[in-house]
Amino acid sequence: MKEFGYHRASTVDDAVALLDREPGARVLGGGTNLVDLMKSGVEEPSLLVDVRELPLDLIEPTGNGGLRIGATVANSDLAAHPEVRRRWPALAQALLAGASGQVRNMATVGGNLLQRTRCAYFANPAMPCNKRVPGSGCAARGGEHRNHAVLGWSEHCVATHPSDMAVALTAFDAVVTVATPAGETDIPLSDFYLPVGRTPHRETVLPAAALITAVTLPGLPVAARSRYRKVRERASFAFAIGSVAAAVEIADGQVRDARLAFGAVASRPWRARSAERALIGSPAVPETFAAAADAELSAAKTLPDNGYKVALIRELTVATLSELTRETSR
Amino acid sequence: MIRVEGRAKVTGAARYAADAAARGHAHGALVPATIARGRVVSIDDDAALALPGVLAVLHHGNAPRLAEVAGRLGPDASTRVLQSDRVPHTGWPVALVVAETAEQARAAADALVVTYAREQHDVAFTADHPGHYTPERVFPYEPAVTVVGDVDAELAAAPVVVDETYTTPAEHHAPMEPHAATAHWRDGRLDVVDSNQGAFVIAGDLAGLFALDPAAVRVRAEHVGGGFGGKAVTGAHVLLAVLATLRLGRPVRVVLDRAQVFALTGYRPATVQRLRLGADPDGRLRAVDHDSATATSTLHEYVEGTGAGTRVLYAADALRISHRVTRLDVPTPRMMRAPGKAPGSFALESAMDELAHRCGVDPVALRLRNEPAAGPVTGWPFSSRNLAACFTEGTRRFGWDGRDPRPGVRRDGRWLVGTGTAAAVFPALSVPATAAATAEADGTVTIRVGATDLGTGARTALTLLAAEALGLPVDRVRVLIGDSDFGRAPLAGGSWGTSSWGAAVVKAATRLRETLAEPIPAGGITVVGDTAADLGAPAERHRLAFGAQFAEAAVDVATGEVRVRRLLGVFAVGRVVNPTAARGQLVGGMTMGLSQALHEEALWDRTLGTQVNADLAGYHIATNADVPVIEADWVDDPDPEMPGGIKGLGEIGIVGTAAAIANAVWHATGVRHRHLPIRPDRVLLAKPNELV
Ligand SMILES: Cc1cc2nc3c(=O)[nH]c(=O)nc-3n(C[C@H](O)[C@H](O)[C@H](O)COP(=O)(O)OP(=O)(O)OC[C@H]3O[C@@H](n4cnc5c(N)ncnc54)[C@H](O)[C@@H]3O)c2cc1C
Ligand code: SF4
Repeated sequence: MKEFGYHRASTVDDAVALLDREPGARVLGGGTNLVDLMKSGVEEPSLLVDVRELPLDLIEPTGNGGLRIGATVANSDLAAHPEVRRRWPALAQALLAGASGQVRNMATVGGNLLQRTRCAYFANPAMPCNKRVPGSGCAARGGEHRNHAVLGWSEHCVATHPSDMAVALTAFDAVVTVATPAGETDIPLSDFYLPVGRTPHRETVLPAAALITAVTLPGLPVAARSRYRKVRERASFAFAIGSVAAAVEIADGQVRDARLAFGAVASRPWRARSAERALIGSPAVPETFAAAADAELSAAKTLPDNGYKVALIRELTVATLSELTRETSR
Repeated sequence: MIRVEGRAKVTGAARYAADAAARGHAHGALVPATIARGRVVSIDDDAALALPGVLAVLHHGNAPRLAEVAGRLGPDASTRVLQSDRVPHTGWPVALVVAETAEQARAAADALVVTYAREQHDVAFTADHPGHYTPERVFPYEPAVTVVGDVDAELAAAPVVVDETYTTPAEHHAPMEPHAATAHWRDGRLDVVDSNQGAFVIAGDLAGLFALDPAAVRVRAEHVGGGFGGKAVTGAHVLLAVLATLRLGRPVRVVLDRAQVFALTGYRPATVQRLRLGADPDGRLRAVDHDSATATSTLHEYVEGTGAGTRVLYAADALRISHRVTRLDVPTPRMMRAPGKAPGSFALESAMDELAHRCGVDPVALRLRNEPAAGPVTGWPFSSRNLAACFTEGTRRFGWDGRDPRPGVRRDGRWLVGTGTAAAVFPALSVPATAAATAEADGTVTIRVGATDLGTGARTALTLLAAEALGLPVDRVRVLIGDSDFGRAPLAGGSWGTSSWGAAVVKAATRLRETLAEPIPAGGITVVGDTAADLGAPAERHRLAFGAQFAEAAVDVATGEVRVRRLLGVFAVGRVVNPTAARGQLVGGMTMGLSQALHEEALWDRTLGTQVNADLAGYHIATNADVPVIEADWVDDPDPEMPGGIKGLGEIGIVGTAAAIANAVWHATGVRHRHLPIRPDRVLLAKPNELV
């Protein structure tokens, strides 16, 4: 690990000014991802700007039925929040399906959105990886890629975004609020992550010296009937190999409204808009759900060892929407 | 009895090798090779030596020389660290950087510039690898090839034949405590605090490699946080610490990081096993053919003895057991909990389940039908054989009777549910040991024995045995272990610890008891027990522990998830000294078997020649959420031929568990999984192959 400076920011302006002044500086949230990567030499910041003492740890209702979540709220606190559990249950479930109790207590909402991929080649500086060292190649494509992307990847990188929380937030049209030297801006989460293209090392639209201050969930009645299902290679403490966040509103056997996002399939949480279009207005039956999943997954491109993900996401979508339908009609 | 050191452990008072106090020690950081095969061309240490606190950089060009010695388990070049420029696998230590603090050492290790001449490597194990050869023997001392009768003729004549291939991946010991050692060379004596499975044995290795008088070497391992076989050999960490203290004359501590534990401390090698069973329609075996292929390193020939259980479990008219091995540019595999027996049982006991289905015979009845009266290979009698009793008790407890044999017909919500069973066998061994018992003036007794407690409860079992032999309450007996100065003792392995150290402890304690009536002088009275002469030449008998494993599994075929709902193991393990700790060992073994069935697997990149999941986030071990209700119990199993009637139970819990689970997954779904681990992607992509 390289030597680094440490600064505990006292105000948002202080933090942003420091990030602006020192290009090698990085924001420190819970440190559960950043510190690991520093130990292995993947990240080598010159300065850590600790943001955990900033007044960004509140969860407050917005005027229009939404919820504003401070960037340093712990993952465990967000999962336990009564309004989240009641009105966005899939978000609480996604958070609780992630990591372990200890990690969730440390992890912040901002850090969770910006956690890096779990591609093993990315995590080891001795290996070629375009995301870590642009132009060095992608070892995963010809190597271990069982848990790599089937949607939206490019030949330059096939890594997935590992977050569970972000999948639910993406389904629910969350908006990220960012403080920058030029002032505050709002970025819809669906526009937050960049497509892979030729620049897998550029992951988000965040400008330099940006600090995430909040994530806002707009009021979304359909989210009250939502669910997050995650499949992983052991029952706990493992990243998803496929996950689905789904919400539906059903009336007279028809799908009135739907939200659907997939996890562990792409470089970003994957909002399944084609599937949503296929769902809305159709009968709430498994055949519709399967057709909707297929509509989204027709764009999938698989590698030799990750083809199972297409079947997995299809089955998970059908199972999750079917469960929600049964609940709604009960 | 709860473990005697339990309080010290939960309060943090117990000191492990990496936190043992040592005054003024320096810290060594290992520099691992980043290529899989080749030579070190140069090491530029200018930048590293210029960093604060750095004391020395040891490498093959300047490290003290080791003596040429015969390895304890055959020729073993894995101990020859920093002796040549050759790189035999990724992660091999090419240098040790020693500094005042661990952080300084690590920073300097990162700053070291190593240049390599890379050679074409081969890390890809396959059953048809051109390098396969038949070794002379397999671990520990069994012949590689055994033939009884005419297997081909019996297979050709058998009305029912199962011919399938099973594979198991490389699995790692992954003990909680990383390997660590502090070594101090002072006044002609070498003092080492190490994390190992047998202080006396490791001290002997060090004396040989460093050409020292054995009496001048002291190794201690008071508390060890798990070993599973991965701390049974003299590892790079302790060798490097000794090399460094010889150079610097001050204590040096070397602690492996997790990636180094994966690369340098052994693992269970992958296996490909072809099982051919020929049987009569009623399931009586006519032929068993068990052929295994496995891999080892270029440094040492370790051959996983997968056929060990097949030699003793079932009667058959003809039997053939064969092993092949190939050498690859990979780290050296080592014995790991139930070496050979655990992966071997997955293949044999899966094949037996397939045969039961083919014959329409209940899987338990099939096993009982093939019970041998004597050793199928040797014709030797069994000192005791209570496998049938295990199955009888197991079927009763598990509710096996009346089981519907049809696969794929039980549904519980999204889950398909099934049950499976498997037999387990493990050798019961006892080897020579010494112990000393001292009657102290205050009325207590101190036992000194070179045992190791890997977290197994060995110290507690020995306390119970000593107290019983002395006729004293346990709180008046103190057992000191983990010190090579306590005399000859075997390492913790082979499930022989309690029977071997125990026999010596009982012998010393019994003798001491005879003198206890006399008034005890101020310095106490010490009596030594040595069992070397007692064990004598082994009679021609099979001494074995047995077990019957039962599993219930639920499978969601839509998502590929497998959940084990129940495990029951009933064992015949001779006398059980401490039921509390014994249950812990058996349940622990079964948990490891579950982990083997569903999770554990080293992933290697063939192109880069390196493991890509050498950390505990990527190498999956069962979590609490994966582990269901596990019951372990035992039947009466008196065996007068074993010292104290003790057979040992450290390893048998893992034997058969994976097969029982795989068999339950088949019963649940109708899909046979012949490749471990049974991952979601495998379940998802599998086609029902047995419903037709
Ligand atoms: C063993 C393990 C298992 C895990 N399993 C899962 C899992 O199953 N599912 C899952 O979703 N996650 C999992 N995680 C990941 C975990 O959710 C993330 O590590 C965590 O959410 C990151 O949050 P943090 O606050 O600790 O981020 P940090 O590590 O502090 O930061 C991560 C990144 O975000 C940046 N950052 C942090 N806060 C801000 C901010 N306010 N503004 C701008 N930039 C910021 C940092 O500079 C850094 O680049 C696991 C982690 C571990 C260690
Ligand atoms: S998939 Fe992406 S992160 Fe992984 S090795 Fe390739 S470029 Fe690097």
